Amino acid sequence: MNPAFQGLITIIVGVGGCIAYFYFSNQFLDKVLYPARGPHAGRNINRANMIRPWLFLFPAMFALGLYLAYPVFETLRLSLTDRDQGGAFVGLANYNQMFAEPKFWEALRNNLLWLIVVPAAATAFGLLAAQLTDRIKWGSAAKSLIFMPMAISFVGAGVIFKLVYEARPADQNQIGILNAVWLQFEGGIGSLVFLQLLPALILLSFAAIVAYVGWIFVRPIAESRQNSGGAGFVPLRLFVGAAALYLVYLSISSLVGVFTFDYPYGEPQTWLTIPFWNSFLLMVVLIWIQTGFAMVILSAALRGIPEETVEAAIVDGANPFQIFFKIKVPQIMGTIVVVWTTITITVLKVFDIVFAMTNGQWETQVLANYMFDKLFRANDWGVGSAAAIVIMVMVSPILVWNVYNARKEMK
Amino acid sequence: MDNIAGSKSSLGWAVNISVVLLVALWVFPTVGLLVSSFRTADQISGSGWWAALFPSVQTERYRVADPDDNRIERDGLFVVEGNLFEEGTRIGEIQSWGTSSRAVDAYQAGEVADLGDGETLTVDASGNYVWSGNDEQISGRGQRAFVTAVSPPEFTTKNYVNIMTSGDAGDNMLKAFFNTLTVTIPATIIPIVVAAFAAYALAWMDFPGRALLIAAVVGLLVVPLQLALIPLLKLHVGIGIGKGYLGVWLAHTGFGLPLAIYLLRNYMVGLPRDIIENARVDGATDFQIFTKIILPLSFPALASFAIFQFLWTWNDLLVAKVFLIDATGQTTVMTDQIVNLLGTRGGNWEILATAAFVSISVPLIVFFAMQKYLVRGLLAGSVK
Repeated sequence: MNPAFQGLITIIVGVGGCIAYFYFSNQFLDKVLYPARGPHAGRNINRANMIRPWLFLFPAMFALGLYLAYPVFETLRLSLTDRDQGGAFVGLANYNQMFAEPKFWEALRNNLLWLIVVPAAATAFGLLAAQLTDRIKWGSAAKSLIFMPMAISFVGAGVIFKLVYEARPADQNQIGILNAVWLQFEGGIGSLVFLQLLPALILLSFAAIVAYVGWIFVRPIAESRQNSGGAGFVPLRLFVGAAALYLVYLSISSLVGVFTFDYPYGEPQTWLTIPFWNSFLLMVVLIWIQTGFAMVILSAALRGIPEETVEAAIVDGANPFQIFFKIKVPQIMGTIVVVWTTITITVLKVFDIVFAMTNGQWETQVLANYMFDKLFRANDWGVGSAAAIVIMVMVSPILVWNVYNARKEMK
Repeated sequence: MDNIAGSKSSLGWAVNISVVLLVALWVFPTVGLLVSSFRTADQISGSGWWAALFPSVQTERYRVADPDDNRIERDGLFVVEGNLFEEGTRIGEIQSWGTSSRAVDAYQAGEVADLGDGETLTVDASGNYVWSGNDEQISGRGQRAFVTAVSPPEFTTKNYVNIMTSGDAGDNMLKAFFNTLTVTIPATIIPIVVAAFAAYALAWMDFPGRALLIAAVVGLLVVPLQLALIPLLKLHVGIGIGKGYLGVWLAHTGFGLPLAIYLLRNYMVGLPRDIIENARVDGATDFQIFTKIILPLSFPALASFAIFQFLWTWNDLLVAKVFLIDATGQTTVMTDQIVNLLGTRGGNWEILATAAFVSISVPLIVFFAMQKYLVRGLLAGSVK
């Protein structure tokens, strides 16, 4: 049977079946099971109305349960069994095996890097774009163009950026724009500004921002010591503080590297094969895609800021930067957190970009691709499931946070 | 807001320039691929795509035809005539030329160069030359000529024709295109129907456990679908669906439902209560309220979700790889085909760029046509 024809039939059967199900089950409930007439009409109507919601919900709940809830537990079970031994229970053997693999730690390390860099960069660029485009006449056209990558598949974006990173031998014309730009640097004053001073500045500001965020998280603990009140989430706060400290150390130490590094001027680089840095080049792809999303949401939030607060600040003589950082940003902090967490979830699931561009070679592995590798190439379902559970564990704080917020909002 | 107290923002021009830069940075990579898909393989490997947008200037060395075979005698002088560009080697309109490598642009096209003692050479814009002189001068090897020619930007649609009609199954995108379409359409429509009823129940019907169910939907919204791969593949194989379209439709339906329910419920809750209660008082059943009132009013939210689901299923690689594509490769989708091309045709940018653009173009059209709904959906869909 022609797949297109099969598709058409599926649409008709699927949609028709759903509608028929809803219609006839309602009819059955009203006419046969609890008819709204006879001696018990009132009682019957009440009973029918108690059952009806479940009729409406059943198909969705069934599909959700089968396709999302059940797999979580089944994967957990699989991660504790061994397929080769006929699914025998092996305890934590799969996890032990996974933790012994350097490739897993590489994937985890890269994933953590992705988790820090991508949401931060996408949110920052999104905020910048939102703020800038709101102030100009052709802002909506600019927004649409920055938002456009959202529609492009990860694989398509992978191809797009592979062309950007393409390298040719030194005696040929470069067709990748990154190499073409790179060959413009020869070690003169321009190279000093763009390759040493600018990165140093970026690193410094990154370190400053991280230190500030870390301080925001840790401060309540110090304060609670003084006035003996509970700070809440103490382990989380300490964890964020420690992570921030580590990042600051990392950026300061690479600051030295920026100035001592011997740049190979004049040689085209195969960018995607340079360990460590190639991960960042892959991150660029996701940042490129996600910035539009951040921009759209943050732009709406910026517009929702009461004008009086901005007017008051202007009257008080605040400059545009002060208005932005001290008046606007604090008011949209909630939205920034939402954007950040949403992008974080996307990052945790990132698979296609790495799969299409490097397939985890040259130390670019990430967890989702590692898992895919284990499942479908090594055919090791136990370790693959264990990796999936690791991803789930990393997502769960956000899951809990979202559910907590959703419930709070409904009250 | 910027004009308060009569002061125009002095940062206006800086803002404009920054936005131009930002937009350029964001658009550049895609434009590169688009331009490359309209160039021939030789052009792509010869120069960067940005060079294709401008007329290209090339300087090449030629030699006029061998005088011993080609010279003719005219008015007491020997003359060699011909065209510098042999069959098919024309590099463009000649602007300037010269006879020495140290002065390649000594003469304009059509000018007559005096080479001393009455020997002359002239080259016109289309490469025709006349070389004349006495017996001694017009002998030996042909005179060298360095010509600088300007060729206009050149584009071709041949790549698209190739990729759609190629006999090589690995290159041909037509089949993959229809396969993708076959996956996408049912996988977009079915979850909408299922989710709409559930969203109505969660928004407007009162029953115990409703809050719990909503919380569960919010939770499932972020469950990584990686967890679902093995259990569901086992399930599909177990109940006889195996790998195929039915499996991928079901999987996409399941994975799309949380967002669909969440989006639609958020929208439906915001509909005016009066309408629904009036309908109830007038004796409408829940089923009637849903089909006659809620569904038409929820059109914007339905459209939002439909776009999301369409983009997501069209662009998906993972679900298709796991639930659809079997060993025969007959059901390959475009994303998978492109990944394969990246492996087998890594250097053939004319094929890669074109294939990628065929796959990207449909979502881009949908994106630009329905952007309004997409933005609305995003704003409603991000968990607040």
